[in-house]
Amino acid sequence: MTFSPELEARFADLLTHYPPGRQRGALIPMLMYAQDEVGAVTPDLMEELAKRLGISVLQVDEVVGYYSMLHKKPQGKYHIQICTNVACMLRGGAELYEHACKKLGVGHKQTQASGKFSLEEVECIGACSWAPAIQVNYDFHHEVTVSQLDQVLEGLQ
Amino acid sequence: MANMVKLTINDTAVEAPAGTLLIDAAKLAGIEIPAFCYYEGMSLQAACRMCLVEIEKAPKLMAACVVPVGEGMVVRTESPAVVKARKTTLEFLLTNHPLDCPVCDKGGECELQDMVFKYGAGESRFTEVKQHVPEKQWSPVVFYDGPRCILCYRCVRVCNEGMGVGALGIVNRGVAAEIAPSHGDHLECDECGSCIDICPVGALTSGAYRYKTRPWEMEHVGTVCTHCSNGCKTTLGVRNNEIVRGNNRDRSGLNGEFLCVKGRYAFDFNHHPERLQAPLMRINGKLEEVSWARALQAVVEKFKAGGKAGVVGSTRISNEEAFLLQKFARTALKTNNIDHHRSGDVVTLLDSLSGKTATLGNVDDCYNSKAVLIVGADISQQQPFLANQIRANYRHHKAGIYVATSGAVREDKIAKGSVRTTDSEWLAGVESMREKLKGESELLVLFGDSVKGEGVRKLVAFGESLGIPVKYICLVDYANSRGAMDMGLLPDLGPGYHPAEGAAGMTLPQMMAATDLDLLWIVGANPLARHTLASSNAFVVVQDLFLTETAQRADVVLPAASAYEKNGTVTNVTGQVQRLKRGVETVGAKTDLAIIGLIARGMGVNLGKVDADVVFAEIQKTVRGYNVPLPVIVTGGAAQTMPVNGRVASTVLPELIQSSRDTLFTTGTLTRYSKILNEVMEAPGGLYR
Repeated sequence: MTFSPELEARFADLLTHYPPGRQRGALIPMLMYAQDEVGAVTPDLMEELAKRLGISVLQVDEVVGYYSMLHKKPQGKYHIQICTNVACMLRGGAELYEHACKKLGVGHKQTQASGKFSLEEVECIGACSWAPAIQVNYDFHHEVTVSQLDQVLEGLQ
Repeated sequence: MANMVKLTINDTAVEAPAGTLLIDAAKLAGIEIPAFCYYEGMSLQAACRMCLVEIEKAPKLMAACVVPVGEGMVVRTESPAVVKARKTTLEFLLTNHPLDCPVCDKGGECELQDMVFKYGAGESRFTEVKQHVPEKQWSPVVFYDGPRCILCYRCVRVCNEGMGVGALGIVNRGVAAEIAPSHGDHLECDECGSCIDICPVGALTSGAYRYKTRPWEMEHVGTVCTHCSNGCKTTLGVRNNEIVRGNNRDRSGLNGEFLCVKGRYAFDFNHHPERLQAPLMRINGKLEEVSWARALQAVVEKFKAGGKAGVVGSTRISNEEAFLLQKFARTALKTNNIDHHRSGDVVTLLDSLSGKTATLGNVDDCYNSKAVLIVGADISQQQPFLANQIRANYRHHKAGIYVATSGAVREDKIAKGSVRTTDSEWLAGVESMREKLKGESELLVLFGDSVKGEGVRKLVAFGESLGIPVKYICLVDYANSRGAMDMGLLPDLGPGYHPAEGAAGMTLPQMMAATDLDLLWIVGANPLARHTLASSNAFVVVQDLFLTETAQRADVVLPAASAYEKNGTVTNVTGQVQRLKRGVETVGAKTDLAIIGLIARGMGVNLGKVDADVVFAEIQKTVRGYNVPLPVIVTGGAAQTMPVNGRVASTVLPELIQSSRDTLFTTGTLTRYSKILNEVMEAPGGLYR
């Protein structure tokens, strides 16, 4: 499996940040960057990273399964994550999530047939001070109301 | 003596070496702290929260499996807070546990069951529907039932650290977390079953044993595995005269709880439908079933008639049987034409170590020696327990491991030095590591069949030249390969490597090639799988469990008992004698000892009382190195024989020494009759390297 020169450069730099013999520590950032480029954590990708870090594919799988930001299936172009944990729930997070379900026609961890939007109900994303919060790919939106959510979704093309 | 730390556990003063974990210190004082994830010898996990204890001045309950003892520590292991915490932990562990104890294989010997019984978390506050996932089969012998699993990581660690395989992991998290096999839906591994044994609950179950019986309905018989030469103790679970399980959970014997796929599953040859249950005799050119009396009479007549006789012994029969066989051959048949399949040059090793003390290594040395050198053997395949000891030595003592083999081996990963050599040029490979080896404080050398004859002397000379204490283990193939040699199943050497009286007899290949052989008596061996018998007139008597290639050529076939059906002793690869204990009764077959006794009686030859204990007493008296303490053996221990000292005048031809280079799933003819081993070999992944 081959990656873009930019990603290869990033990997090369990453691996210098870990002490000799402990390069496996770079697995999580490598997975995240590679996921952004490849679109998902594919079996090929897991195998490639396992080979590069000298660990088994199963060990990579253990990590991928544990972290919710790593996905084995491709997501929509815009991945909408809505927090329904305590702080957000108290401030209307659950309503936001239900509204998004209806509006996008998909449920938790589902992707639209067109591939544009995917939706995920997530636990705390660390933005309780600005609850309810949502995350679209890497961008945060704070103190979101239902109408603001509509605006955000409609603004994405 | 390490620094001793004084502490108090449950109002009892306890002293333990600094660095001891609290859970172990309590154990020393006779106080049990329950734990699921903690396992002696494995890395720490602190996953199960069962071992929480109260430590004074600590702000909350602490996990005793990861807290080292501290001076003046005051610990309570059964205080109300601790008991409440354990009860809650159990309540959590049972959230999705199906509580199907009445049909679970583990029921009756389940650690979770014991704990729930003790702390009484029978009632749960969780009213939600339990999450269920169906059971999965990962290999012919490993099944996984996710809902029963408590995610203690024991299996993951024993596979990764203990076996060096790493075929198990934990995927997903939270309620969806489960154990996963190496290849998506199936395992590619040693199939050793250690994960099943170590599982504290019934999550991992054995394909051979599942749903067959309950633990308390079996008799548990500790005997020695009859496959490879390592001599692992295997505790057979016997029900209705059938072996249904092999494990060693009581950690008796030199192997502790280690067993490989053969020890744990390959007992099933014993009940193979093709087992011979009546003597066979060639009548009008065809082998037909006859009575014991008729078969024995035919044998006795031929034996009495005399002529040029040859005797081939086995590498699986007991020491007593081998001893009696050579005694019978030498005194009654008056021949030195006796041999067996030789797989390692123990004879030359003993000779070249003559005059030196403490130079023979054993299984403990594999675990304790500061450095280990492996020459010409893939020990993870051929010597699974020795390999396990060496891995544990590396893990626990950071031993220096050195490898000189023809192919890649599992030990490469942990080796300080690893070179690829050919079978003939191993010495150059070993020499290339000389400087590193010199830097070690002691060394244990294990060598396979590529080192033989002069090669052994060269290896010993190399060891000598390092200037450090060196011990040696000559690797051999089968359960009693070593005993066969010690007992004198050799044409030039009698018991204890004393020169046999008279001229040296014919070797095994010579017997096969002799055109004038009148009589060939083969006890528990299958030489015709590799050789052809030149003498067409020879009267062939075969004692075996199955109709092997050799038995098919026989004139009389006498059905023999397996090692699991007899009492006696066997000697493992490192010269440790252990007791075989009869687990099941034979049906139709007789032990080789009894058969030899019956033939002797028919011929009017007095071999003394034909009884395993009586013969062993004679072995103790007459065989060099076998004067071992009887109580050790009788109580199921391993007694070290020391046959060194005194030159061994042997005419052994090194080219006769040929290891079968077995894998984890094969050991000669016997394993061909193990259904499980054959299934495992054919399963996806085949042989894991």
